[in-house]
Amino acid sequence: MTMNKKITTKNFFTNNSQLLVPLIAILLLLIFNLIRDPSFFSIGVATNNNGDPVLQGNLISILNGASELVVISMGMTLVTAASGGQDISVGALAAIAGSVFVKVIKSGGTISPALVLGAFLLCSLVAMIFGCFNGMLVSAFGIQPMIATLILFTCGRSIAYWINGGATPTVSSPIITAVGSFIPGVPVPTPILIVILMAIFFGLLFRFTTLNLYIQTVGINQNASRLNGIHVAGIKLLAFILLGLCCAVAGVIGVSRLSLINHETILLNIEMDAILAVAIGGNNLGGGKFKMLGSVLGAYAIQALTITLYAMKVPSTDVKAYKAIVIVLLVVLGSPVVKEAMARIRRKLRGRRSTALAKEV
Amino acid sequence: MKDDIILTMRGICKSFPGVRALNNVDFTLRRGKIHALMGENGAGKSTLIKVLTGVYSMDGGEIRIEGHDSPIIIRSPQEAQNYGISTVYQEISLCPNLTVAENLYIGRDTSSTVDWKTREKKAGELLEGLGIPARPRQQLGSISLAVQQMVAIARAVDTDCKVLILDEPTSSLDDNEVEMLFRLMRDLKTRGVGIVFVTHFLEQVYEVSDQITVLRNGELVGEYEVDKLPQVELVSKMIGKTLDELSTIKNKKAPSGEAEVLYEAEELSSTESKKFDFHIDKGEVNGFTGLLGSGRSESVRAIFGADQVTGGIIRIHGKKVQITKPIDAMKNGIGYLPEDRKRDGIIADLSVRDNIILALQVLRGMGHPISRQNADAFADEYIKALNIKTASRETPVGSLSGGNQQKVILARWLLTHPEYLILDEPTRGIDVGTKAEIQRLVLKLAEEGVSVTFISSEIEEMLRTCSRLIVMRDRNIVGELTGADLTQERVMSTIVGRGDDHE
Repeated sequence: MTMNKKITTKNFFTNNSQLLVPLIAILLLLIFNLIRDPSFFSIGVATNNNGDPVLQGNLISILNGASELVVISMGMTLVTAASGGQDISVGALAAIAGSVFVKVIKSGGTISPALVLGAFLLCSLVAMIFGCFNGMLVSAFGIQPMIATLILFTCGRSIAYWINGGATPTVSSPIITAVGSFIPGVPVPTPILIVILMAIFFGLLFRFTTLNLYIQTVGINQNASRLNGIHVAGIKLLAFILLGLCCAVAGVIGVSRLSLINHETILLNIEMDAILAVAIGGNNLGGGKFKMLGSVLGAYAIQALTITLYAMKVPSTDVKAYKAIVIVLLVVLGSPVVKEAMARIRRKLRGRRSTALAKEV
Repeated sequence: MKDDIILTMRGICKSFPGVRALNNVDFTLRRGKIHALMGENGAGKSTLIKVLTGVYSMDGGEIRIEGHDSPIIIRSPQEAQNYGISTVYQEISLCPNLTVAENLYIGRDTSSTVDWKTREKKAGELLEGLGIPARPRQQLGSISLAVQQMVAIARAVDTDCKVLILDEPTSSLDDNEVEMLFRLMRDLKTRGVGIVFVTHFLEQVYEVSDQITVLRNGELVGEYEVDKLPQVELVSKMIGKTLDELSTIKNKKAPSGEAEVLYEAEELSSTESKKFDFHIDKGEVNGFTGLLGSGRSESVRAIFGADQVTGGIIRIHGKKVQITKPIDAMKNGIGYLPEDRKRDGIIADLSVRDNIILALQVLRGMGHPISRQNADAFADEYIKALNIKTASRETPVGSLSGGNQQKVILARWLLTHPEYLILDEPTRGIDVGTKAEIQRLVLKLAEEGVSVTFISSEIEEMLRTCSRLIVMRDRNIVGELTGADLTQERVMSTIVGRGDDHE
């Protein structure tokens, strides 16, 4: 039994070796923080303005703060795998979705849970239509994803501006606060719960459909996919539509945190972090095989890095420079050259072990 | 005599995870000799070549080369080159958009300035000296594949090479081009170059080689002088059985005219093929034959809906159906093994298992994934049934040898239990043993009532397996042969016009 277990954990790492880099990154950051300041890890229960108990601490901030990035990285993974390119319009699309969300709530009179839900559904629909637009350009017209999404990247925030007539309206309501920070009585920040819901959503999608297999197949060999009856354009389109949904969710989280929409600043530059998360997660940016868990860990690693830097009181102007240094290290660590070298070392070790065993026998 | 030896490899061993690729293999190359390296797919030919050229490091053994007293260690292709070992691969690794002269000298600069005038002059002399019909200022991409290959050889030879490795150089050449290449090889021989010749074509081995080394399953079978080893014996050494097997394969069934017509097309056409009529009976094996470019592949692609279908009436079991894209054909029980397995067949990075279940999975639909447990069972079943050599079902299919990749694609279609299976060049680039296995499988399927359309460049193979041959020329069907007409001569004479390519 124990033997069996050993083999499974070993298999886990040989089958999921691409997860090593983001895991090591997160681990190193945590260890670094532990040495620097043991209190970094303390998770406390505080009482918020409404008198409800809520969890607080740096770890919670990391998990909470990364939520938008994690959700978008999930969708970005699919688009990357299926189309072999990246969507750079995700920030702009989240701004559009957030604006639609606010617009609907603003025009609805009293803010009720049903209205918020309706607003969310409508903004998801709008975001998925925009995702569909991106996907059409890529799948039907064969345009490079980065060029195709450059269009929405350029005009997306202008569209968001028009939706609310140029204003940055606020939507203050306990319901919005509940979405953006805490549901009364639940100590875990709501964005974390939303991430869990999205993870479950994709988990079910992969479990009960063949999306996972099809996306990888299309990403690896389009000709063969078509000759095996897979609708190649449809699969790519679907990936972009799912990313649209992810953008809507991220946009709603972003709006709810501040209870307002600022179309110029909401989730600004998140596309670059999302692409980075996919890359750190060991996924090939040229498409094909993917592991969504890798991207998720990558996203948390990026957020852990940011929070660490802030906790070290690095001035916010310098944070990006320090971030860059760590990212260079991570990317080099995950590069084919280093991977190959590691594999060689592993083989050598294994060889030595097996000859030693042979000698014993 | 001993002085003639320029390269010796002794006791070479190389393992990959789960596979022992080379086990104690010896290889000896002599000055001015052409030495054929033969073996089935997966016998270890490529591995041995890659060890010799520094692509792989060997686990054990030693390599000695003339001019060095102690064994040498080759760590990279660059080092191999420095020892005078050059390789020309099947797929040409030159730059088609540069000129011939540029291709000859690029990457070999020692100084930072380049005098192209002198270069071109030297290139001209080199090409002329070797009798290669190319001009230095010609763009490489504008000349035929054979000549490109010869340019690659010229480049290799010009770097003062003692050992020239030709890895399947003839697989994409026609007969005249092969002859041209052989002239060049014989010329290099007289200059004292030792040539390692890797190929699947038996006739070619006997035409140019002096010695043959045979490998099987990563082990050395032996080294032989060509004139002392009859072809039949060579084949039996390669596959390790005394072999009448190939000649015993024979489709004895003659079309009776009574069997039920399974598939019928009237005036079927696609963007790539002209209108044609075609039918196949239940349990029949027929084939499209003709020269390359005669439209045989395009015809079967139209049947499967692989190219855009532009017209025609199709009936299956007498019922009219629409087949305009692959999924339509699949739903009607048709399977299609494409001609170019790398481009159209395998999903290289995915596991053997995922590749095997793919077509069945697509047929079941997106909302009905095959459970992991069933997928594993299916994969194991077909790995065993077709004798697919793979470390495990999780191995990426791209790392398998060509013949085993082909078997994976066959497994993919067999798993869908098709009524009609189209096999376009299933045996190309595959060793004799696997060829026989595939041919036998085709006949077994036919016995079980599956209809098969078979395409092969080797007429022999088609005559063995098919009971009816459809002959094509210039994208038109020009004849149909059955029964006593199924002979090589009749096929040739039906193809006529361009039949003079053949002896």
